[in-house]
Amino acid sequence: MNQLTEQTLVTVTLPESSPERSGDAANRADDDSVFSLRGVNVHYGSFHAVRDITMEIPRRQITALIGPSGCGKSTLLRCFNRMNDLITTAKVSGSVIYNGENLYDSYVDAVEVRRRIGMVFQKPNPFPKSIYDNIAFGPKVNGIKGNMDDLVEQALRDAALWDEVKDKLKQNAYGLSGGQQQRMCIARAIAVQPDVILMDEPCSALDPIASARIEDLMTELKAQYTIVIVTHNMQQAARVSDRTAFFTVEVDEARSSRTGILVEFDTAQRIFTNPSDSRTEAYITGRFG
Amino acid sequence: MTQLTPMLPGPEPMSLRGSPRRRRKERSVHVVLLSAALISILISVGIVYSLVGNAIDFLQKIDLSQLWTTGYFPRRGLFDLKTLFIGSLLITGVALVVAGPIGLGAAIYLSEYASPRMRRICKPILEVLAGIPSVVIGFFALTWIAPNIVQRIFSQSGTFSLAAAGIGVGILIIPIIASVAEDAMRAVPLALREASYGLGARKITTSVRVVLPAAVSGIVAAFILGISRAIGETLVVALAAGGSGGSVFTTDITGPGQTVTAAIASLSFGSDQPAGDDAAFQSLYFLGIILFIFTLLLNLAGDVFVRRTRQHY
Repeated sequence: MNQLTEQTLVTVTLPESSPERSGDAANRADDDSVFSLRGVNVHYGSFHAVRDITMEIPRRQITALIGPSGCGKSTLLRCFNRMNDLITTAKVSGSVIYNGENLYDSYVDAVEVRRRIGMVFQKPNPFPKSIYDNIAFGPKVNGIKGNMDDLVEQALRDAALWDEVKDKLKQNAYGLSGGQQQRMCIARAIAVQPDVILMDEPCSALDPIASARIEDLMTELKAQYTIVIVTHNMQQAARVSDRTAFFTVEVDEARSSRTGILVEFDTAQRIFTNPSDSRTEAYITGRFG
Repeated sequence: MTQLTPMLPGPEPMSLRGSPRRRRKERSVHVVLLSAALISILISVGIVYSLVGNAIDFLQKIDLSQLWTTGYFPRRGLFDLKTLFIGSLLITGVALVVAGPIGLGAAIYLSEYASPRMRRICKPILEVLAGIPSVVIGFFALTWIAPNIVQRIFSQSGTFSLAAAGIGVGILIIPIIASVAEDAMRAVPLALREASYGLGARKITTSVRVVLPAAVSGIVAAFILGISRAIGETLVVALAAGGSGGSVFTTDITGPGQTVTAAIASLSFGSDQPAGDDAAFQSLYFLGIILFIFTLLLNLAGDVFVRRTRQHY
């Protein structure tokens, strides 16, 4: 299977710059990683959702987590900023080391974690407030000093939304289109000046044009931020990500349980052209999932 | 098996007309249900009609200056309206001071903080509180709240006080406010809480600055329900606020007083023989109609506010 030629495997077109980009990424990854996951397991009650994940997330790159439904990629993403804490039955073991500190150490305050590691969700979730108040919310609750007007403007500019909304900052955010709402949610995440932005299928509720704008935005943002994105869309992962992790579901018929495992984690280039695992290959060529 | 279609058991061709008996039955069900609806409307109209008629009679019988005097003593021809309305407002105010923070606090706790297990235990207890008859609360206000709370805080206070009655009414409306406000807060989508937590907000910030504003229309509805109940509450006030037979105008919550509803009740209670004095008796209709208009306006205002502030998420 692995001997299949490149042509048969390419179901997606990679940007032209990708070879050098992903080549660099592969070399840099281990030296400069933001997260080191060591044997991470997630249980929901007795349900083993994710098993034994060990991986490194490189700084200022886009890492995509892909895989079929139920493979635990969203669950894993929610370990990066302890969002799983909100689910009372969820239990995380192993260590998620962020800049040398284990996020799951007992002394760690989840609120401090989330302040540094922002999140953008599947469905745009603006607060039922004005655009301005949406963006200003994070800086206010985090006590960020500075001119709030400038902060709001900067965040909206960074999210490539300023020109569209500068005349209606006081209007309710629900008046924006879905794509604008999602970019506003990205601006809102940026406004607290995080280190990492996690994106949980950020384009799944958007049309292709709006999705393309978010993808462009991600590519711009990686100059300043580390981005981890979960996506169902393989073309998207191929277009935007530097490194791609492929997850799959392991079904245990005897106990009728489904557990997510990490199959392969490499540069996007390799995952999409020459994966080393036959399951990855089957998935990206559309034979399952 | 051999003779299929022609011998199939079933209705005769003429059965397309249906059974006349069943159709008659269907029509009569319609009539019965319609009359049930009509009767309830008729009753409401009848009540308003009798209120208005008697209230107009009352206004013709008295001098209008009798409506604005030193106090409410119907048998002496003093029908001071402000005594009763200020009394009602004071009771409602005290009740809100008690039930507002407690009810809202309980709602926030149940909706945002309590574990599912805790909520399963607390919610029914709260509903039991809502089921306590008001006469029990009234008696409790008179025999326990007055001596143990009101008289401790205000030493000059006697057995009867508006404060004790107000606290009693407050206890009565805590479950209304808590339960309706909690429903409103629980209806706020999880996505908004996640957005807030994702930005590094704490639970209290999320509750107060995201969930509460998003649920504001429901919370206002909860308060309006509570206020309506407080204004309409009779027995607690009649028992604990004193003022049977009448009350001078007062704004002092430590002393006895009278509300619109308690005035109606105390004059209607057996000993007073309301039929004995026509004007006093008919003043009750007048009070009734004012109370009716007042709560109607309050509900309308609440409705407008709820609709205007309703969030679409």
